Amino acid sequence: MTVDSIQNGIVIDHLRAGSAMKLYELLGLSDPSLTVAIMKNVTSRKLGRKDIIKIDGITDVDLDVIGYVDPEATVNIIRDGELIEKKSIPAPERLVNVLRCKNPRCISSTEQELPQIFALSDREKRIYRCIYCETRFSS
Amino acid sequence: MRSLIDILDLSTEELRELIETAEDIIADPEKYAEVCRHKKLATLFFEPSTRTRLSFEAAMYELGGNVLSVSSANSSSAAKGESVADTAKTVSCYADIIAMRHPKEGAAFVAAANASIPVINAGDGGHLHPTQTLADLLTIWREKGRFTDLTIGLCGDLKFGRTVHSLISAMSRYEGNRFVLISPEELKVPSYVKSVLKEKNIPYEQTSDLMEVIGDLDILYMTRVQRERFFNEEDYLRLKDSYILTPDKMRSAREDLSVMHPLPRVNEISVAIDDDPRACYFKQVKNGKYMRMALILKLLYEAGTLKTLPERSRA
Repeated sequence: MTVDSIQNGIVIDHLRAGSAMKLYELLGLSDPSLTVAIMKNVTSRKLGRKDIIKIDGITDVDLDVIGYVDPEATVNIIRDGELIEKKSIPAPERLVNVLRCKNPRCISSTEQELPQIFALSDREKRIYRCIYCETRFSS
Repeated sequence: MRSLIDILDLSTEELRELIETAEDIIADPEKYAEVCRHKKLATLFFEPSTRTRLSFEAAMYELGGNVLSVSSANSSSAAKGESVADTAKTVSCYADIIAMRHPKEGAAFVAAANASIPVINAGDGGHLHPTQTLADLLTIWREKGRFTDLTIGLCGDLKFGRTVHSLISAMSRYEGNRFVLISPEELKVPSYVKSVLKEKNIPYEQTSDLMEVIGDLDILYMTRVQRERFFNEEDYLRLKDSYILTPDKMRSAREDLSVMHPLPRVNEISVAIDDDPRACYFKQVKNGKYMRMALILKLLYEAGTLKTLPERSRA
């Protein structure tokens, strides 16, 4: 299977197998105007199995979301056909408007326009907690 | 602007100072009778409460201040759909300090982020209730004379009981304490509370049998199974009578046990225990008022609303 290389955009490589669809959702890639390729469960020398997402045409995605879903993933930023940056994104200290608190008793479930903010409480286990009610969320 | 949302917003040093102020108020209430003259406390209670609101109001009156009061969500702008953030901004224009109770978790945090005056969390749903913890701490201090090396039993609703969560956080900061968590399976402490204990390597045990552990305890903190925290009446009825402390059970407890309860009680402590010298729950109520007085003074002073504070006499 081949997917054309992109001129401008982002390739998110070495994603833990099974995590591409979650990242696709959280990055809002279902927008019909976007050109996106998802490769799931492909062979990887490094990981055994991995997922890859290629996004054509845009480079300004919320990188924190990638760090949240998989801090081990490699983010390749491509401009004019050249790889200009290659990096991993550490799990961010705060996630703003990425997750929604599922606690029905949380103030964020009723208060209008309140940002949904989660703070990293355990980096090793990648546990986030709602800053309002402390409900946990793990990636 | 300094507020009190979580008991952990106060350092152990600050807690010691609050306790010293409270002790000084108890020793010489006259000295404090006019300190908050012309200052206003707004009590915004969006959830039914009698004692906490009365305690705050009594505290402010005993400091010589005034009180503006909203006592139910139905009679307030919240019923018209006003946000907590807007309420906090509006009330900041009228009052010098806010005490707020709200059924949603994190509501006081949102109020504090938007108010221009100090906000005291008087209970945010089943989450936190730091001024109850201040009452508990003064009670432990006055009964035991220390915050260290205590075996603290917490009994009843440990899942929704916010006073329990705050007390565990507060007492986790002192050395040598051990917690015994006594509850039915469905009302065990939530994971975030247990993770605090685990992180700090604080010994704790979980059990559903009060009688098995009552003889080990320095403090027995009883709680009520709260009807308003259940989505389902059936679950409430099944669990409400899980633990009832009776004179018979007290025979197995130590002579120096202190029985505490944040009140109101329903039937979890038999009335016959009220005369037992080990019963501390009504003292706790009084201690709560003194600690709220000390807290109001501290926050108003830090906000610059009060220019001076009475000097504490050294015991």
